Amino acid sequence: MREKPNAAEIGATGIGKDFGSFTALSDVSMQVGRGEFLTLLGPSGSGKTTFLMILSGFEAPTRGRLTLDGRDMTATPAEQRGFGMVFQGYALFPHMTVEENIAFPLKVQKRASAEIRRRVAEIVELVGLGDHGHKRPAGLSGGQQQRVALARALVYEPSVLLLDEPFSALDKNLRGQMQDEMRRLHRETGTTFVFVTHDQSEALALSTRIAIFEKGRLQQLASPREVYERPANRFVAEFLGDINILALSGLGTDGPLAAGAFEGQHLRVAPGAPGAANLAVRPEYMRLHLARPDSGNAVAARLDHLTYLGSETRLALRSAGGAELTLTLPTADLPAGLEPGLSVWAGWPETRGFLL
Amino acid sequence: MRQPSRLFLLIGPLLLFLGATYIVPFLGVVEWSVTLPEPGIGQYQAALSDPLVLTVFLRTLRICAAVTVASVAAGYVVTLLWVRGGPGQRLAVELCILIPFWISVLTRAFGWLALLSNKGLINGWLQSLGLLSEPLTLVRNEFGVIVGMTHFLIPFAVFPLASAMRNLDERVLMAARGMGAGRARIFWQVFVPMTRPGILGAGLVVFVFALGFFVTPAILGGGRSVMVAELIYLRIFQSPDWGLGAAISVILMAGVGVLLAALLRQVRQGAAR
Repeated sequence: MREKPNAAEIGATGIGKDFGSFTALSDVSMQVGRGEFLTLLGPSGSGKTTFLMILSGFEAPTRGRLTLDGRDMTATPAEQRGFGMVFQGYALFPHMTVEENIAFPLKVQKRASAEIRRRVAEIVELVGLGDHGHKRPAGLSGGQQQRVALARALVYEPSVLLLDEPFSALDKNLRGQMQDEMRRLHRETGTTFVFVTHDQSEALALSTRIAIFEKGRLQQLASPREVYERPANRFVAEFLGDINILALSGLGTDGPLAAGAFEGQHLRVAPGAPGAANLAVRPEYMRLHLARPDSGNAVAARLDHLTYLGSETRLALRSAGGAELTLTLPTADLPAGLEPGLSVWAGWPETRGFLL
Repeated sequence: MRQPSRLFLLIGPLLLFLGATYIVPFLGVVEWSVTLPEPGIGQYQAALSDPLVLTVFLRTLRICAAVTVASVAAGYVVTLLWVRGGPGQRLAVELCILIPFWISVLTRAFGWLALLSNKGLINGWLQSLGLLSEPLTLVRNEFGVIVGMTHFLIPFAVFPLASAMRNLDERVLMAARGMGAGRARIFWQVFVPMTRPGILGAGLVVFVFALGFFVTPAILGGGRSVMVAELIYLRIFQSPDWGLGAAISVILMAGVGVLLAALLRQVRQGAAR
């Protein structure tokens, strides 16, 4: 679409926001790299949207400093930041056609009318809205409105694109399609994307890095694989998916690994932060055994019940000491003759566990 | 809508009331128009060929159009202050516009007479300041009627406008701002077009109300700016022309009906697009 991507770098230092006596955001610092696809993830009320609004300039931070390519932009109003923004609910101009909606920011910038026509035609093609240019937003489906909002935000080649839960109104199939679209647009425009969502799988699928918010604080900022496999704390671990947490006693070292005891079993795990004494393992890394496996960690348990989920089956286990364990197995690999009450072993490779 | 019979039960009494007090008497008026003084459409022919009736109809349309434009424009500014202004502005609007709304139309017409007449307050001030030697004729003409009617009708414009402005999605305005648009552009190219249904609704309410105005034009027009409602009154109560008065009434009703239908179609099409 363009020869040289127009992408900016954003810096946030110690950003805080109070609404009256309520602190919505405290001490958030991060660097968003040029051309990055950063996702702000968290439950509702975690501060992720407030942080996006502060980046956009529609909200002023109570504390802290923002930079754009190294220059201070804390006090720059939204209309002068030149960012693209896709709002929740799209915020299209209902009285304008698709083409007029997309042309609006170019008219604001007083571009020549021939240039406006050319760019609008290009971007309508890029987002796949070919035949709909003369319709009004009310005559379009949710997915098409979404594309108009994206086109309108990208047409003036902003150095940063901010997206506030853009998929929340779409059904599941359409979401998948729009996620692919979003990845393609990010690749083709090269622009810095900052994306807000409360959907973990969406965040894992799209982002170069994920910033996880909870209670107005940044909990972790890392790649999708790292936040999923090495979460910084229990909140992050549980927010990103099911997880088994086993409290270890007598924590020590065993060669290069840490080790502790759980219901009489000697369990080994990658070393963690000092004080962390819970062993955490994702359900999909656990395997079911009928006898104690020769290698790796294992815990004796009784099968409680099975939940069929289509391509996967979830197994709920209860250890001898009463701890609940969850395993997910591909339905295709499920052994025959699994009945509730059966004595089994849950085993997993030592490096798949981590300390929390 | 799942239980139409139940819905009908709820609005039934209102329909009965309207039927008894409005529709049945109006059918009586229609009957007069084609039976008095003799059966036939003679009274319609007489009404439509009478230069006085035509002059009054044209004057009514002219005054109502001017009042509609003035009321909606003034109402728009007032509503803007009311819906989007600070707490002080909101209170001022409520006091200055919405409380006089409950004061009798008669009181207000005489109030304007006191302000606008040749020896009234405005001419008095202008003359004492030496800006005028002869008083301006501000009343007992169409200007006086338009001022008085506009003042009365502004609150009727405010309510539909306020509902349009309150229902507006704030994020659309934010989106325009984020694209670098200035305040004037956001107002004229986004805010005003988005409140168009409210503007049309306010215009219709004001225009239809204005068509039936009686007291205000009678007092502020001083007999020189007779509007259609006053003409009907004169034909029915001060001359034996009941049939002609009835025919003018039916023509007026038909005009209002056509106008309402056209506007409803506009609004529906706007919503469908």
